[in-house]
Amino acid sequence: MDFNDTPEEAAFRQQVRSWLDANAARKSDDKTSIRARVDDVELLKRAKAWQAKKAEAGYARITWPKEYGGLGGTPIQQVIYSQEESNYLVPLGFFDIGLGMCIPTMMAYATPDHLQRYVKPALHGEEIWCQLFSEPAAGSDVAGIRTRAERDGDDWVINGQKVWTSGAHYSDYGIIITRTDPDVPKHQGLTMFFLSMKAPGVEVRPIKQISGGANFNEVFFTNVRVPDSQRLGKVGDGWKVALTTLMNERLAVGTPAGGLDVDELLELARDTELEDGPAIRNASVRSKIAEWYVQSQGLKYTKFRTLTSLSKGQTPGPESSIAKIVAAPKMQDLGAFGMELMGPAGIMTKDVPGAGGFQQQWIGGAGFRIAGGTDEILRNIVAERVLGLPQEIRVDKDVPFSQLGKK
Amino acid sequence: MNFDFSDDQKMLKEQVRKFLADKCPMKVVRRVLDGEETHAAEVWQGLADMGLMGTAIPEAYGGLGLGPLELCVIAEELGRACAPVPFSSSVYLASEAIRRWGSEAQKKAWLPKLARGEAIGTLATAEGPQPPSPRTVRAALTDGRLTGSKLPVADGEAAHVAVVVVNTGGSGQRALSLALVDLSAEGVSRTRVATVDPARKHARLDFSNAPAELLGGKGKGWQLLNELYDGAAVLFAFEQIGGAEAAMWMGRDYALQRQAFGRVIGSYQAIKHKLADVYVKTELARSNAYYGAMMYAENGADLPIAAAAARVAATDAYDFAAKENIQTHGGIGFTWEADTQFHYRRSRLLALAIGGPTAWKDKLVTRLERKNAA
Repeated sequence: MDFNDTPEEAAFRQQVRSWLDANAARKSDDKTSIRARVDDVELLKRAKAWQAKKAEAGYARITWPKEYGGLGGTPIQQVIYSQEESNYLVPLGFFDIGLGMCIPTMMAYATPDHLQRYVKPALHGEEIWCQLFSEPAAGSDVAGIRTRAERDGDDWVINGQKVWTSGAHYSDYGIIITRTDPDVPKHQGLTMFFLSMKAPGVEVRPIKQISGGANFNEVFFTNVRVPDSQRLGKVGDGWKVALTTLMNERLAVGTPAGGLDVDELLELARDTELEDGPAIRNASVRSKIAEWYVQSQGLKYTKFRTLTSLSKGQTPGPESSIAKIVAAPKMQDLGAFGMELMGPAGIMTKDVPGAGGFQQQWIGGAGFRIAGGTDEILRNIVAERVLGLPQEIRVDKDVPFSQLGKK
Repeated sequence: MNFDFSDDQKMLKEQVRKFLADKCPMKVVRRVLDGEETHAAEVWQGLADMGLMGTAIPEAYGGLGLGPLELCVIAEELGRACAPVPFSSSVYLASEAIRRWGSEAQKKAWLPKLARGEAIGTLATAEGPQPPSPRTVRAALTDGRLTGSKLPVADGEAAHVAVVVVNTGGSGQRALSLALVDLSAEGVSRTRVATVDPARKHARLDFSNAPAELLGGKGKGWQLLNELYDGAAVLFAFEQIGGAEAAMWMGRDYALQRQAFGRVIGSYQAIKHKLADVYVKTELARSNAYYGAMMYAENGADLPIAAAAARVAATDAYDFAAKENIQTHGGIGFTWEADTQFHYRRSRLLALAIGGPTAWKDKLVTRLERKNAA
């Protein structure tokens, strides 16, 4: 047992490091992220420039075949690149959805001409893609979407609303799942398209979250015309296409964890005076610190187990499915407990220990428990796919979509 | 990144698993639980035939000369089977203490027999219903003679030799030492004690001027015990993980078969989510235990922290898996005939054996403080 690279991995890491040293600045002790340093417009400009550089070097999508501008590399090489890149002050995150989910879906269903046209600009950061799936009435049950696409000559006309669309406000293109036939059961009446986010009738509005941030959008479609040539997959096969998209969700491993954790809580407990002495001497405080530490370390080493499988060229086991089930509630609870240690002043968001980080964890945790699969859906997935328990009963399975909710 | 057991270690694991599935099904656990025998002698003999008691004992003393990683995979399988054998007492604790701190004569006297499974060892710490500590250990070793009582002592009736935590005078931690006692000697008497897990028999040991030798230095007992516990915590963690997984699958199998309100109960989210939580805790424990195993094997500086984390996570996982297994079974799970009781009993035994979760959480934070201060 060890954490070492194989000789090949070590060589690749060295190669990546040399390239990064030559092309980017290493992070200093000043942990201020690049997002906090520049405004949004400048950030996007820099992100596109960095993406272009990566693409020229083949690092933009390491596991893609060379014909698409990738490196033809392995998943572990992608992880190594991401680990190394996280040590440099570079703007990331704008292209993950497009390159991780949208373009792979295009590769599976779009025509050669379209691939010729769209893959390279996406890879080089010239065009950004978003994924238009969730709707106000269809979150966990995404097959319940209502956005309509109706055939009109060689075009389709799209009307409806999407929500929680990350990056829609700076995206150039999107893939969208629509309902083309409401008179068949819900999974059968769906069709996927790609479209321009600049097309007439597309309106993007940011959603302000509890945390005050606005990372997501609602997107309204009013008589948006999309040519039939931009259909992905057959009419009525949209669910199958959507599953391709979802299966291509980028490898979550290797992503640097953000936010404060047990070390910061330990520091806070040491610096906080309770009635009978420092909080760190309090048995119930110690018990909580121990429990969260065990969770943090458990997730860290679970990731190492997954990386080991990748390193050996094996498919990782189901253990990685526990990550968000553990991390999200922990984020919320650890934040809340840090606030509690500060006494009534724990409600303050500035001039408090941790620079407001505990308060951010507490607020953000509420969203993290929902985003990308709720706690409850993730438990269903573990129960069904890992433990082999029955799927949820689907009372809407054989009912035409248009008849749902009607007696 | 190579954070996994080797193919040889996995093969050993498979071999032990097959042996136990064959020779140590739940009816054997039940037989020991219900009966008078101290342990399942035929299972013990089978493990001895494979040489497993000597896994980490050097070849010079008749062992296989392997190490902690091999013991980890064996421990997991023993836990899965709820094996009614004195393996943890004899191998994780007694043999390990003698191997690490025994004199040449002590090692020669005991390790070959322990390696072959001919002799059974145990560790005697507690003296009644409070956690053993420098403030509570009264059993006194003076001039090579031990007087006092220890209870409960795991496998105390079956054992031939015991490592005993004794008071050798002085104050605080320095008052304690480890002693090696041949339990066949004069002045040793044993009485069975009733416990929540009779599949692993426990005894009261009374020493009345019994011959005993120091093991390790005088006054070092508490320190050595804690060092011994760090390694044992990793092995107990694997045993707990094996048990947790077994309890999880037992609950899952029942949930797939039992019908209520016209559906199998495993189709209800109340059950699905409960069992998913068991899986989550078990995987957290496994990942912590892997790091503990790695640190134990390389005697890494992080062992005290890694061992405590593994111990805390695995105790939590097995506790939760065992009790929710009964809950998933409903009324039938609370009957004597059901196999659910074995994991429930064993989970509590293993949780308390080398110190409970509250104490280990406290140790973990103390060690984190020390590391962060350094």
